[in-house]
Amino acid sequence: MTDRTTVRFVLDGEIVEIRDVDPTRTVLQYLREDLGRKGSKEGCAEGDCGACTVVIAELVDGDRVGVRAINSCIQFLPTLDGKELITVESLSPEDELHPAQDAMIQNHGSQCGFCTPGFVMSMYALYETNGNPGRREIDDALAGNLCRCTGYRPIIAAVTRMYAAARPASPERAQLLSKLKNEASLRIEHKGRQFFAPQDVDELASLVKRYPDATILAGGTDIGLWVTKQHRELDTVIYTGRVAKLQTVAVTESHIDIGAAAILSDAVPTLVQHYPGLDEMFRRFASPPIRNAGTLGGNIANGSPIGDSMAALMVLDTSLVLRRGDVEREILLQDFYHDYMVNDLQTGEFLLRIKVPLPTGDAIVRSHKWSKRFDQDISAVCTAYRLQLDDNVVVSFRMACGGLAATVRSAANTEAAVNGKQWNEATINSACQALAMDFSPITDMRASADIRLRATQNLLRRFYAETLDDRLETVYTYGR
Amino acid sequence: MIAWKRCTRMAASTKSPAHRDAAVGAPLPHDSAHLHVTGRASYTDDLPEPRRLLHLAVGMSTVPHARLAAIDLSEVRSSPGVVDVCLADDITGENNCGPIVADDPIFAVDEVMYAGQSIFAVAALTVDAARKAARRAKIEYDELDAILDPLTAVDRKSFVLPSETMVRGDPKAALAAAPHRVSRRIYVGGQDQFYLEGHVAMAIPQDDNCLLIYSSTQHPDEVQALVAHATNRRASDVTVICRRMGGAFGGKESQAALIACVAAVASDKTRRPCKLRLDRDDDMIMTGKRHDFVIDYDVGFDDTGRILGIDFEMASRCGMSADLSGPVNDRAMFSCDNAYFLENVRILSHRCKTNTVSNTAFRGFGGPQGMFGIEYAIEDIARQLGKDPLDVRRRNFYGKTDRNVTHYQQTVEDNIIDEIFDQLLASSDYESRRAEISAFNKNSAILKRGIAITPVKFGISFTNTLLNQAGALVHVYKDGTVQLNHGGTEMGQGLYIKVAQVVADEFQIDLERIRIMATDTCKVPNASATAASSGADMNGMAAKKAAGKIRRRMTEFAARHFSVPEADIEWKNNGVRAGDTELSFTEFVQLAWANRVPLSATGFYKTPKINYDRSTFSGRPFFYFAYGAAVTEVVVDTLTGENRTLRVDILHDCGRSLNPAVDLGQIEGGYVQGLGWLTTEELVWNDRGQLATHAPSTYKIPTCSDLAPDFRVEIMQSVANTEDTIYRSKAVGEPPLMLALSAFHAIRDAIASDTNPMPDLRAPATPESILNALGTDAA
Ligand SMILES: Cc1cc2nc3c(=O)[nH]c(=O)nc-3n(C[C@H](O)[C@H](O)[C@H](O)COP(=O)(O)OP(=O)(O)OC[C@H]3O[C@@H](n4cnc5c(N)ncnc54)[C@H](O)[C@@H]3O)c2cc1C
Ligand code: FES
Ligand code: FES
Repeated sequence: MTDRTTVRFVLDGEIVEIRDVDPTRTVLQYLREDLGRKGSKEGCAEGDCGACTVVIAELVDGDRVGVRAINSCIQFLPTLDGKELITVESLSPEDELHPAQDAMIQNHGSQCGFCTPGFVMSMYALYETNGNPGRREIDDALAGNLCRCTGYRPIIAAVTRMYAAARPASPERAQLLSKLKNEASLRIEHKGRQFFAPQDVDELASLVKRYPDATILAGGTDIGLWVTKQHRELDTVIYTGRVAKLQTVAVTESHIDIGAAAILSDAVPTLVQHYPGLDEMFRRFASPPIRNAGTLGGNIANGSPIGDSMAALMVLDTSLVLRRGDVEREILLQDFYHDYMVNDLQTGEFLLRIKVPLPTGDAIVRSHKWSKRFDQDISAVCTAYRLQLDDNVVVSFRMACGGLAATVRSAANTEAAVNGKQWNEATINSACQALAMDFSPITDMRASADIRLRATQNLLRRFYAETLDDRLETVYTYGR
Repeated sequence: MIAWKRCTRMAASTKSPAHRDAAVGAPLPHDSAHLHVTGRASYTDDLPEPRRLLHLAVGMSTVPHARLAAIDLSEVRSSPGVVDVCLADDITGENNCGPIVADDPIFAVDEVMYAGQSIFAVAALTVDAARKAARRAKIEYDELDAILDPLTAVDRKSFVLPSETMVRGDPKAALAAAPHRVSRRIYVGGQDQFYLEGHVAMAIPQDDNCLLIYSSTQHPDEVQALVAHATNRRASDVTVICRRMGGAFGGKESQAALIACVAAVASDKTRRPCKLRLDRDDDMIMTGKRHDFVIDYDVGFDDTGRILGIDFEMASRCGMSADLSGPVNDRAMFSCDNAYFLENVRILSHRCKTNTVSNTAFRGFGGPQGMFGIEYAIEDIARQLGKDPLDVRRRNFYGKTDRNVTHYQQTVEDNIIDEIFDQLLASSDYESRRAEISAFNKNSAILKRGIAITPVKFGISFTNTLLNQAGALVHVYKDGTVQLNHGGTEMGQGLYIKVAQVVADEFQIDLERIRIMATDTCKVPNASATAASSGADMNGMAAKKAAGKIRRRMTEFAARHFSVPEADIEWKNNGVRAGDTELSFTEFVQLAWANRVPLSATGFYKTPKINYDRSTFSGRPFFYFAYGAAVTEVVVDTLTGENRTLRVDILHDCGRSLNPAVDLGQIEGGYVQGLGWLTTEELVWNDRGQLATHAPSTYKIPTCSDLAPDFRVEIMQSVANTEDTIYRSKAVGEPPLMLALSAFHAIRDAIASDTNPMPDLRAPATPESILNALGTDAA
């Protein structure tokens, strides 16, 4: 089958087909600069403020239409291929308001109004996916939208009230979307730069091998910023987001098997179902629009020392399946990172799957994220623990930390100080001393070196307290 | 589905003379709400772009202090899409955008004074091309010694303006004689405005060398003046327009001028329209913020907690130039009484010159920092004496008839802080909650809760008396519609709708008939900044006067025309009754027009009663005071320092509110913004003098989940302003921000213990700051 060279997506009930696309033009640039649709705003161009929020609709499991909010400012235009783009303008085509919009007016949810289109789109996505959210779910749904004027109270009120109005007729989306189904791979060339969106794994493997210098693009929530903030030019981009087989999340007899291109929003629920102790960390991991685009594989492959998922995955003895050409190999996540932003991937190799062992015995697993703000902040420290006790004697203790070294890594001395000991305060005290041998963190804008270490020691103490009292609340959950 | 036009407009009732509700006092939605939610509200960057528009990016200094040894822009010029570059030499007029003192170059010459200072601009065909090109400059610096914090500046006597002192009574003697004393050094951080819409301006050449500027600015008049100076034009040849801003909070008061001047200079050089929209990071690096303060205080008090004498020495980070730091620091001095009578007080204020971005206005304008000082002292007094800080607060409140003169000799005539406290203490159930919290804390080792109540008394008026003036221009058209212009700008605070409500009632017409126009220097000249919370007070009055003039003329005309006494003419329900004749507003307007009655008028207002002598810091700087109080309860994790507000109760005074929905929004939004300032929002400069927190990824303003799950806000019912303000309302823009001091002190309350009764907590109370305050032995 010959490759396609045009990007096709649905906008306002019509199929849009664009040629000669600049592969790293963002959806927001396209909307504002090319189409003159100025409803979506730019507040940061880095996925953090939500002023640019749009909604993507696509077919999932064959014919069901799924919608999710994303940040258009860091999403590259060709990734829209095969999907429907819904913007704030789409919601009120005939001068009729969507209930989310009307509720915002009635509840005085806008002051300067600059954040409002973004909020409306996050509310629209919530409206379509959750019929009766509580405050906690509203907070989670809006975690990626900043408002500097209102203080959020009227916006929360608007979310609650939007369900009172009659439900507007949903436009027929499935039919048009199914017309976009296409087995051919996408291949764009633009001023000497290339963009590939293969459909199957073998093709992906051969492309990655053939273009070893290419940038492998998954959700683009890290890569997007290279372009919008660092102004990097990416010559060859290979997009994994159309490879259906890489997006699956399956549970086998021994492990949770996550495709490298599964978005966090799809991967996290299964992880948390088996490891409830990871719930708070993953709730605080970025925001829904970021988790709706960003992948677990991207988090691991990017390998930032302050990435959040890796500490938890490490203590669970997660392994990675890597592939180069036709050759697959497996490596423990623990052994994957060599140095700051250096990992074990060879040229032409990519991350295929993530294998997270299922819970065994009655091990306690927990992860703590420590940052200035609860939602959508990058960790100053992120810790994870896995504890197996037998009659209060530690059979096995694992601990890994992010934010304390050049990579996320295990706390070997601390583990040694705990393993085989009584699980008591004395052991924890010596473990805290061992932590200081494991890590010598640095000072930056997120925290200073000594406090980073102290916070980590205190987080370990907190874990100890949590194992004694499983109802011990955190500030994040208290009173909510 | 809901028809979108219905929402903000009250149904036009031209035909039915039925009852028309008063607009003033009604909780009407924002005039642009229907545009906000549909994405149809145009901000400056959304305006249609003229043909041949060029996009600009600014090249900034990367070092805090240096001689510019060499600037090589050859790679910038040869970058794809670049049309031209501009440097200081290209400025035909004055190279300054400083509002008060001319010490703010548009482009640096010879020397750079902070990391982030603009050195050149590049004009290109696209935003992307301009931003990429700007990074290709090769600039050589001969680095000079840099002063990066206010305390070093004090040591080296590096000031942007002379230090100032205010004294009342004999603080030295009072302190020496006091039975109890506390003295300490406290720190309160700065704050980025983080308006969601970044700075932006577009300059478009006009006929005969005139220039049109669209600017996201709180102060179009100043942009006009500074662009005129920079480009060698007369003010009459520069027009500045702003329909709305996507937030401002003081950050677009003086700072917008730099952006507009760069656009104007580039437009003159290229003879093409030019637009500069700052990228978020550049915006945060290049433009000013709230001043961080270091305050030393020494307070003497008696056994009851009454303050006998107090001394404040304040050092604020002004940055590299004066900007608005003079009046900001003055207001910090004025506000360090908050609601308390300070009989013997000295305030020494240093305006520190540092090699960091020049700090500027931010909601509260020095007031929050001044209040931070006194509230800290009050809490310390209580903790030293083992009292509830509430009692110490009440013990020190201004009196109504005695102990009612401020340290700058203004008599407090409208004091209602006791009433507010009474009401709020009851409605918030303060006493029993405090007891319940103590009980909880006894049984909870890790999580601790805390509670605090703090007052706000905030002086309303520009402290620079001459700025307290405003103008408006109202047109009535033959079809019975009205155009409303005034000098105030709309940044989301609801000024436009409030003023429109005033005009609607003046004419007794529906808001539907009133078209609110963009703020435009063509319509109203010489307008002050929309700042100091004074927007509705001043522009509301000016617009009322303009509309009132037209109404007067029409009334006089009707009396003549229908031969009835003026007393028998009644304006009501979109019409007029003159004796037995009833006319709709439109019919009446047509009749007046046909009889050659002028239907357009200006209105002018100057705030009465204020007069104040800056040389002695005494007089009446403020027309009146706005009051409020808040009770905040928090929970703190003493292991991690993480904290969250659990319940907030606010009672705030808006006089007779012009629009309770808008005012409620200001109170809620102000509180949460103050909460950010005092908890999560931390500005960090690295040891190279570069701002390390220059994007929302590293600078954390509150999100939705930071709003207390139990959040109760009330507007104080029916307390009219004792002064004759517009409908006896009160300004509400800034005062509520300071209500968040209650959150800070609730955190301090939570972490205070028998061994550490007065924790040394610095603001913002980040987890790190709290762990530091808890000390190493806490865990
Ligand atoms: C606003 C915001 C908030 C964020 N908050 C958090 C947070 O709280 N915690 C956190 O950990 N992270 C956070 N991130 C970072 C980011 O979202 C995550 O790292 C995310 O998981 C990246 O996934 P992605 O699919 O978007 O990766 P991409 O940006 O597409 O790629 C990231 C890197 O992984 C490589 N890569 C991707 N897939 C593969 C593959 N299959 N094989 C080999 N290499 C591959 C890419 O080449 C690239 O180097 C945040 C980002 C933003 C913008
Ligand atoms: S513009 Fe801020 S998230 Fe996209
Ligand atoms: S209304 Fe101004 S940022 Fe939300």
